[in-house]
Amino acid sequence: MSSEKIDVRYVAKLARLALTDDEVERFGEQLDDLLGHVDSLAKLDVSAVPATAQVVESRNVERDDALTPCLDREVVLAQAPQRAGGFFRVPRIIAE
Amino acid sequence: MSNPLIERSAAQIARDVNARSLSAREVADATLAHVDTADSQIGSYLTVLHERAREQAARVDARVAAGEHLPLAGVPLAVKDNMCLTGTRTTAGSKILEHWVSPYTATAVARLLDAGCIPIGKTNLDEFAMGSSCENSALGVTRNPYDPQRVPGGSSGGSAAAVASYEATIGTGSDTGGSIREPAAFCNLVGFKPTYGRVSRYGLIAFASSLDQIGPFARTVEDAALAYDAMGGHDPMDSTSIDRPLETTATHLRSDLSGLRIGIVKEFATAGLGAEIDAVYAQAYRDLEALGATLVEVELPTAEHGLATYYLIAPAECSSNLARFDGVRYGLRVDGADVHEMYERTRAAGFGPEVKRRILIGTYALSSGYYDAYYVRAQKARTLIAQDFERAWKSCDMIACPAASSPAFQFNAKSDPYSMYLMDYYTIPMSLAGLPALSVPCGWVTPPGGERPMPMGLQLCAPLFAERPLLAAAHAYEQKTQHALKEKPAR
Repeated sequence: MSSEKIDVRYVAKLARLALTDDEVERFGEQLDDLLGHVDSLAKLDVSAVPATAQVVESRNVERDDALTPCLDREVVLAQAPQRAGGFFRVPRIIAE
Repeated sequence: MSNPLIERSAAQIARDVNARSLSAREVADATLAHVDTADSQIGSYLTVLHERAREQAARVDARVAAGEHLPLAGVPLAVKDNMCLTGTRTTAGSKILEHWVSPYTATAVARLLDAGCIPIGKTNLDEFAMGSSCENSALGVTRNPYDPQRVPGGSSGGSAAAVASYEATIGTGSDTGGSIREPAAFCNLVGFKPTYGRVSRYGLIAFASSLDQIGPFARTVEDAALAYDAMGGHDPMDSTSIDRPLETTATHLRSDLSGLRIGIVKEFATAGLGAEIDAVYAQAYRDLEALGATLVEVELPTAEHGLATYYLIAPAECSSNLARFDGVRYGLRVDGADVHEMYERTRAAGFGPEVKRRILIGTYALSSGYYDAYYVRAQKARTLIAQDFERAWKSCDMIACPAASSPAFQFNAKSDPYSMYLMDYYTIPMSLAGLPALSVPCGWVTPPGGERPMPMGLQLCAPLFAERPLLAAAHAYEQKTQHALKEKPAR
């Protein structure tokens, strides 16, 4: 564990979240405070402990590769912020 | 109270509707009329489904008339607004989904409707179910029916307030770290989180997928059992739903606890919660003993690390799950110069402060250089917490402890994020271990500065898949003590 301060702007960039200067300051203080609390985990000896991703029995689930009914394209696209024909419309991703 | 019909239990309503001495239409009309006058004061609902409720009531009456027996015939249902219902707005309490309409129905909701429930509306919640008071909702304020100056709890506070104020008879909640049990305790209700995987999460807007579990709110244990029996069971649409037969609970309720060993957790001693609260739990444990249970002390030495473990794992999963809200396929979009600026602006405008905090902390815990120190270490602590319970089950069949460390608090009382997180201290260990747990009313305490007695909840927790004995024990305790009946909602 580490006591260094979080680089909030860098983390926000990873999270695709625009923050105001005010938010950077406030969240920075709050996240440092929260990480101070979770640092108590450093006291636990976990050297021989396996990690748990999920507690209850889990196994890979497969289904037959068969066509089944799914949502109608028009129903889905009706909720799109912007659409073009049968597609979601987004700002240009590949430069000209 | 406008109509005594709305105070009836789900069991009574279903019995009478099935016997055709009462129609689902009458129940729906009485409930909607009450919601129309009462909910402006309480704020349980973000959307009231007048037309949908009446359509469903007609359908239920027709099915009963055709000879069908429906276990929840005509029972008014409040649906937490992070669960999909086709054609209804499903907001998750967030601006980013404020106008989003579900194109399909969550399995748990579909099963309750098939069992005869009437959908009264979609209820308020902390944004994306992140919070313990409903104050993090971006779309409305919900008040505690027992004292409007106080919060209903959260995150499923709208469903809890709706059931407590007779605006519904059963409510759905989702519980990630206590979001059913804490509002149930705050609102004088039974709130039940089944074993992880017992109820399908299909159609539940994901927060932390390894922890999220749907369960019922009700005013009696029997009603909670009926609702669980209807909504539980395997669902091929949720690959984490458990593929083993559901043990029904409502027909196996008990009136005593003889032969049951109930563990009292050494680390959860209530003396520090104040004399009045301490006395409530001491009496609750004595009542369990008087019902025939043997009390044994058990230790959960890692439980004190539950909060730290949870507040790494849950935000990590949330940061991943909420990546889908990017302005491309649904919900809010805020334009930007390029696609990255669109993502960043959309998410900045769409998410509230608590959601942003959790996304940031989760992203940090999963980021290169910190992953092992935070996320993996928390996953290992999770193993230790689950092992604590495994050891405890060698000497007891069930665990009893508080559901929350205080009664419902006043608005704006927990402005520091960590003080809000502490509300989940007693409920998080069970969530991390995937265990079934519930809150049942156990007494009344007038908080400092408060004018009215507020309800407290006893949490009972059982081994994985032991829903049947858990609800049976809660029923025995409820029937002996009847704490829920000792006060009425303020309005």
